[in-house]
Amino acid sequence: MAIDTKKCVGCSDCVVACQVENNIPHGYARDWIAETVEGTYPELALEIRSERCNHCENTPCVRTCPTGASHVIEGGIVKVTHKECIGCGACIESCPYDARYFHPEGYVDKCTFCDHRVKNGQNPACVSVCPTHCMYFGDLDDPNSEVAKKVRSRKTKVLAPEAGTKPQIFYLI
Amino acid sequence: MREELITSGRMNPYIDPHLAVWEWQIPLYLFLGGLAAGLLFFAAYFVITGKEEKYQTTVQYGPIVAFFAIVIGLLALLADLKHLAYFWQLFMTIRIVSPMSWGAWTLTVITFVALVWIFTYLKSGFPKFGCKVSFMRSLFKIAIKETDGNKWEWKYEWIQKFETYAQEKRKSWAWLLLVLAVILGVYTGILLSAFNARPLWNTAILGPLFLTSGLSTGAALLMLMTKDHQEKISYSRIDLMLIVVELFFITHMFMGFLASSQVKVEAAHYFLGGEFTVTFWINVVILGLIIPAILEALELLKFKIPVVVPGLLILWGGLMFRFIMVEAGQLIRYLY
Repeated sequence: MAIDTKKCVGCSDCVVACQVENNIPHGYARDWIAETVEGTYPELALEIRSERCNHCENTPCVRTCPTGASHVIEGGIVKVTHKECIGCGACIESCPYDARYFHPEGYVDKCTFCDHRVKNGQNPACVSVCPTHCMYFGDLDDPNSEVAKKVRSRKTKVLAPEAGTKPQIFYLI
Repeated sequence: MREELITSGRMNPYIDPHLAVWEWQIPLYLFLGGLAAGLLFFAAYFVITGKEEKYQTTVQYGPIVAFFAIVIGLLALLADLKHLAYFWQLFMTIRIVSPMSWGAWTLTVITFVALVWIFTYLKSGFPKFGCKVSFMRSLFKIAIKETDGNKWEWKYEWIQKFETYAQEKRKSWAWLLLVLAVILGVYTGILLSAFNARPLWNTAILGPLFLTSGLSTGAALLMLMTKDHQEKISYSRIDLMLIVVELFFITHMFMGFLASSQVKVEAAHYFLGGEFTVTFWINVVILGLIIPAILEALELLKFKIPVVVPGLLILWGGLMFRFIMVEAGQLIRYLY
């Protein structure tokens, strides 16, 4: 996935779309908006990002899971099998992005990139509702996909690369 | 100046304002696990070296305390699970790369070995089968028959046979217990150090550091338990040595942090001037390590020191060490 920080206005439409699409209990969220302000007034630089699980290539959450509930499905999406999760919290502790949370029912929940939609050829809910079209979803390994072209043609950054997780959400800057 | 705000979505009390997924249960469990590892390590060690007679408390009663420590630790661990009804999933798979999976299996095996160990010492450890509570007495009578006031026998032959077998193979059990105790002790540290996301925990020295601390608390408890003067003195010596090793590891931990990447330098500063400075240095280093070390050194110089003081201080230091590490580790994260 690629997210254009120059286009994102922080409207939170992606957050609400996700909550509705995935029946997220009230007060919880699988994605969120972060604002970073840098500089000293009046010379300030603002960056707005829609953040979620980075579906890392090197997944500490899958590694530390004692039961195998956290796993990677074909295509690289990181998922949790609720019925195998014991709620120990090891994956939450291991995530540098704090992208996982305890569902009120006890298991750990997180962004699935709406794999139920992706399987039908649709975009994840957050991507499909974005009013500024700042998000691009697709196969990064396919050089002809829109997301791969965006990542190639723009300057990008990933979050906390020093944590060694090889995150797969690229922010266009 | 740089400021980061989460403006929408993640109003989750476990995660914001900072991660608080692990509360009191995990540090308590790590402490009791380390303590049990220490107790079992010394029991196994003194059987292997053939000093069973000199260290009777260690060999006969230490493992009983260790067993109860493990049970309470496991209860604390269960209290931490948010999806408790599915805890059996832990035992449906062995995952070599997950420290928590290692822990679940090690604890299961070591509890079994410790029970066998306790079983083989029941007759010599409790020669007088004289439980005063009549209910307990009648409960014991299911498997036990009294021969006279000072001795008792198992009622069933197969229990007797297993006991003889286990006692004959005692050294093999001791080796098994020794290895498992080391794995358990190291695991309590590795559990934390396996997380890339938490700079304070993500250091390989946590394994040996927690093992040393566990051995040290085990030795301190044995020092409090034993009535034998010689045994007390030797644990005083052992503890003194372990404390020196522990101080060395702690120094190296901070040296490592300060010579590492920015987040680790910041992690170290939480303890070197930041919000955990007073709690850590007073409780863990001064009360838990330096003062007991001085007292034990004085004792070796033939001063009269009540053993209960250094003993309790070491246990306190060990407990606080785990609470502070777990709490601080969750506070310190990558910023981007």
